[in-house]
Amino acid sequence: MGPADHVIAAAFREHHGRAVAVLVRRFGSIDLAEECVHDAFVQALERWPIDGAPPSPAGWIITTARNRAIDRLRREATREERHSLAAALAAPDDADIDDESAVSDDRLRLMFTCCHPALAPAAQVALTLRLLGGLTTDEIARAFLVPEPTMAQRLVRAKAKIRDAKIPYRVPARDDLPARVRAVCAAVYLIFNEGYTATAGDQLIRHGLCAEALRLGRLLMELVPDDPEVLGLFALMRLIDARRDARTADGELVPLAAQDRARWDRAAIAEGHGLVRRCLAIGQPGPYQIQAAIQAVHADAHTAAATDWRQIVALYDQLLAHAPSPVVALHRAVAVAEVGGPGPALALVDGLALDGLHLFHAIRADLLRRLGRLAEAARAYEAALARTDNAAERAHLARRKADLGT
Amino acid sequence: MTQYLLSIQQPDGAPPPPERLGPIMTDVTAMIADAKAAGVWVFNAGLTPPSSATVVRVKDGETLLTDGPYTEGKEHVGGFVIIRAPDLDAAMVWAARLARAITLPIEVRPIAHGPS
Repeated sequence: MGPADHVIAAAFREHHGRAVAVLVRRFGSIDLAEECVHDAFVQALERWPIDGAPPSPAGWIITTARNRAIDRLRREATREERHSLAAALAAPDDADIDDESAVSDDRLRLMFTCCHPALAPAAQVALTLRLLGGLTTDEIARAFLVPEPTMAQRLVRAKAKIRDAKIPYRVPARDDLPARVRAVCAAVYLIFNEGYTATAGDQLIRHGLCAEALRLGRLLMELVPDDPEVLGLFALMRLIDARRDARTADGELVPLAAQDRARWDRAAIAEGHGLVRRCLAIGQPGPYQIQAAIQAVHADAHTAAATDWRQIVALYDQLLAHAPSPVVALHRAVAVAEVGGPGPALALVDGLALDGLHLFHAIRADLLRRLGRLAEAARAYEAALARTDNAAERAHLARRKADLGT
Repeated sequence: MTQYLLSIQQPDGAPPPPERLGPIMTDVTAMIADAKAAGVWVFNAGLTPPSSATVVRVKDGETLLTDGPYTEGKEHVGGFVIIRAPDLDAAMVWAARLARAITLPIEVRPIAHGPS
């Protein structure tokens, strides 16, 4: 790649979403918007190395894509399309391209369309990554371990549903807004989790997913600044991601207690902490904010032994009250083990119906080991190993099992 | 404007007793009246049980009749409402009102072609 190619690659990641969003509003068709934005980037690859990068890359891409769309509509215009063409030409010229608030509104609208609750969560995630993130269908397919044609079909179906059912392209009414923002948050967090706690797959793409989720989370925070759950979501992702470099060593998972805390990203932690404090000041706690607060307590401890586990148990109690789930109860049990010992924690864990989850067996195994019940611990590690394909997790579990010496 | 078919997903078996059905029908009638007043209503109908259905097929020019519904399941379409709305969110407001009134799930399907 030459220097201009790097500029274009960066422009692509940064401006794809906004360009698609502006064109969807202008022309009302996601397919047309996607194709013309793609064409504009192809044209950038040809022109920019010769002419140099334009002063406003986003403006250049949007104007080029818009002209391209008008050309295409002129050439291919059926009766129906002439209407959108007329509307597009009648609209004032692209004075709004550099109007940041107008473009932000477009991107927010596109987020709400992609994450409409009438679309299945898997389709929401794929659409968000495709349209706002600018990932290729192949990249999304590889990230989610599905064949490329399957992902292509998922995207085609979702876009057809948006068109046929007329899923609107707008910011929802005030009454619906909190629930719809929750749906966007859920899609973004799904993307983050897929990147972070992957079941298997390509390391590089997965880091890309985390980075994309953080970018979308930051964008959502800019667009919906007064929703504390949006702040909480971003803080949660930022604080977890801060541990990324310390989380694996030689391809093996390093558990929180054994991580080299000097390798945690202090700038990320500082930003996460600042956001958690802002959430506390707002005083409307919700599941993302509470989870972020739990991560903030971990980040506060300079050694594993210094962790304020009582505070963490209290936060898990609060989280269970907001969002009761056996997985939350499982994580709470881990904190209980640090405060009250492995015996009471094991009693809590054994009451949970989570047999399919490798983490359930891994946590049981660890508690059994601490209780000296080594044969049972070995069987639990085996159960955990049978339930994950992630190479780093498997390496970690296999070592723990070997360390039992049974 | 798009037309949407709101179909009522009714469990097989006997309908609720009159003391439960009465208030439900009152609520549904009110919802239909409101949809008419709002200019949203296109058509509505309740259907007799699936046991009254007959399936017709034409094979080699010959008409064949079979007793019963086309597919056997645990639910059937018990009735439907057709509305017109500018987009899915607007249609969902009426679908939710119908679901609340009739206390059953409603499937929302956009109509692709039809009398306009």
